[in-house]
Amino acid sequence: MLPPILWGGHLRTEVQTSRDPHATLTVTEAPHSTARARALVLAGVLDAKGAGPFATQVRKRLPVKDGKLLLDLTALTAIDSAGTATLVDLWRTGKTRGFSTELQGVQPGVLQWLQEFRVTVDLPPPVALPSFFESFGDTIWSAIHALGDFIVLAADTTIGGIQSFFTPGRMRWSAYFREASLMGSQAFGIVGLITFLIGLTLAFQSAYQLRQFGAAIYVASLTAISMVREMGPLITAILVAGRSGSSITSEVATMKVGEEIDAMQVMGIPFVDFVAVPKVLAMVTMVPLLTMLADLLGILGGWIVGMVYLDIAPKPYLQKTIDALVTKDLVTGLFKSVVFAWGIALIGLYHGMGVRGGAQEVGKATTASVVSAIFFIIVADSIFSIIFYVVMG
Amino acid sequence: MNEVILQVRGMIVRYGARTILDGVDMTVRQGEIRVILGGSGSGKSTLLKGILGLTDIAGGQVSLLGQELTKLGEKERGALMQRIGVLFQNGALFGSLTVGENVALPLREHRRLPEGAIAELVRLKLAQVDLSHAENLYPSELSGGMKKRAGLARALALDPEVLFCDEPSAGLDPLTSAELDALLLSLRDRLKMTVVIVTHELASIEAVADSLIMVGGGKVIAEGPMQDVRSRGIVAVDEFFARKTKSMARQDTSVATLFGLETAKEGV
Repeated sequence: MLPPILWGGHLRTEVQTSRDPHATLTVTEAPHSTARARALVLAGVLDAKGAGPFATQVRKRLPVKDGKLLLDLTALTAIDSAGTATLVDLWRTGKTRGFSTELQGVQPGVLQWLQEFRVTVDLPPPVALPSFFESFGDTIWSAIHALGDFIVLAADTTIGGIQSFFTPGRMRWSAYFREASLMGSQAFGIVGLITFLIGLTLAFQSAYQLRQFGAAIYVASLTAISMVREMGPLITAILVAGRSGSSITSEVATMKVGEEIDAMQVMGIPFVDFVAVPKVLAMVTMVPLLTMLADLLGILGGWIVGMVYLDIAPKPYLQKTIDALVTKDLVTGLFKSVVFAWGIALIGLYHGMGVRGGAQEVGKATTASVVSAIFFIIVADSIFSIIFYVVMG
Repeated sequence: MNEVILQVRGMIVRYGARTILDGVDMTVRQGEIRVILGGSGSGKSTLLKGILGLTDIAGGQVSLLGQELTKLGEKERGALMQRIGVLFQNGALFGSLTVGENVALPLREHRRLPEGAIAELVRLKLAQVDLSHAENLYPSELSGGMKKRAGLARALALDPEVLFCDEPSAGLDPLTSAELDALLLSLRDRLKMTVVIVTHELASIEAVADSLIMVGGGKVIAEGPMQDVRSRGIVAVDEFFARKTKSMARQDTSVATLFGLETAKEGV
């Protein structure tokens, strides 16, 4: 692109055009041009490449109010939609600032382009952005709605789940077993490996401190208690949220987008029985099992550190572990895991059901589901810790 | 006159602040093929959704097969739904089931039939839509037109008294579309089925429609038997069947007119 050249205060712009590398646009200000009647002569091709520099230069020399902008297009051989739009933009600028725009000597080839494109003369006023209070109110209002929807879904699913458990023929066992295998047995590997490594790390880090007091054997009790009370349920739930919570959301969201849920409704097949209950039930039964596995493997990790790094004999380590644990630790841990599982499944369903519109919403819903499920898990865990170990002592 | 199968009175549907349907009335009688037509965004799909109870209606009543839909409890609703069939726009097949299992699903849910009878019934329905070869395929393995036909087979599984179709011929090639039209006609003639179709496919409207209702801007523009409506000289209806519009882009001026290079022409 050649730089715009100003001749003795007059404008002269020359640019290469995009389609034909040899064609150029030259804009020259006519000698008789004044601030009241600005006369510009365009020569060459006004296309997407030339339109930008042209617009910039013209804007520097717009006529005064009640003046005229005269564009001489006699030597303009071609134009494209970008060029046409630039002319319309100039016309609009003139309308708001109070000058008129006239085209002179329009060639047939250019005229055809100007006839082809249509514009709305009076543009609708731009949509006003909602004020801070409006959008704040909207956010609160939709949050209340969302909570209401969630409670309805939770109640439907939980009650439906309990009912179908006791109503022969209503429970979709095949769907339940498929879900249970997806959520449970197929997650054994990853949950086991991660919690084993957590147990290992936990023991290793605490040993570093406890050894200074010659209390290395307490690594056993520390690992056991923290795995069974906190780490086992927590890590399992977070892994399941990422693994199965997300897949519940994407599955339900895809069904929603594909009108499958609508189809169920008009076929008289209840969504809650058919999709929701098997998923929630599979989650609630499988996560405690995974948590037990997590507890065991975490302790196993600690045990290996104890034997290899701390030279504690296997048997005293296990004895110490068993001594440290009480039934309450195990029961509260498993109770928590049931609540986490219930939450993950419902949050997954809720985000899936909430999808409106197209496929791109499925991804968004899945992300939102995992984030809110993990948030739920951490908050619920804090509350349970207070209830179990502060309130109940 | 045949008995009234479906009656909509003053249906109002709102999405947020936008009013999609603003007091729509419609009456469909037994054995007719009724087309709901209108341009994109006219609210015709919403009308169907409102009738089926898939969207909340802010006002009005729907009476289907003599029952007031808004007053039904969950059980009665479920029972009523077994008497209708719905073909969704893209088939809405369940992705985790094969085509055969999709068709069998309503039968297993609502009928007590021996396995052998279910299998035969599924084959009957699939043959009806010319999909016998696709029984064991999954929906993801089907083309758009096959999905639609499989969806139709599932909608017909329980021999519904009323069949609702949401844009059945959209995205189909003309040949398949014509076959579908022929099938709808024979369902009406032989099985005395009432059919309600949402569409804007002109060829198929001319082939099958007994009566039509045109919606636009959330209101009913015209309703009645096909010939009757077409003879009334309603601009929107005439434009639709003449396959050309006077109204489109009428508010817009050409750029040439803007600069006074030609006088504004009366609609093109």
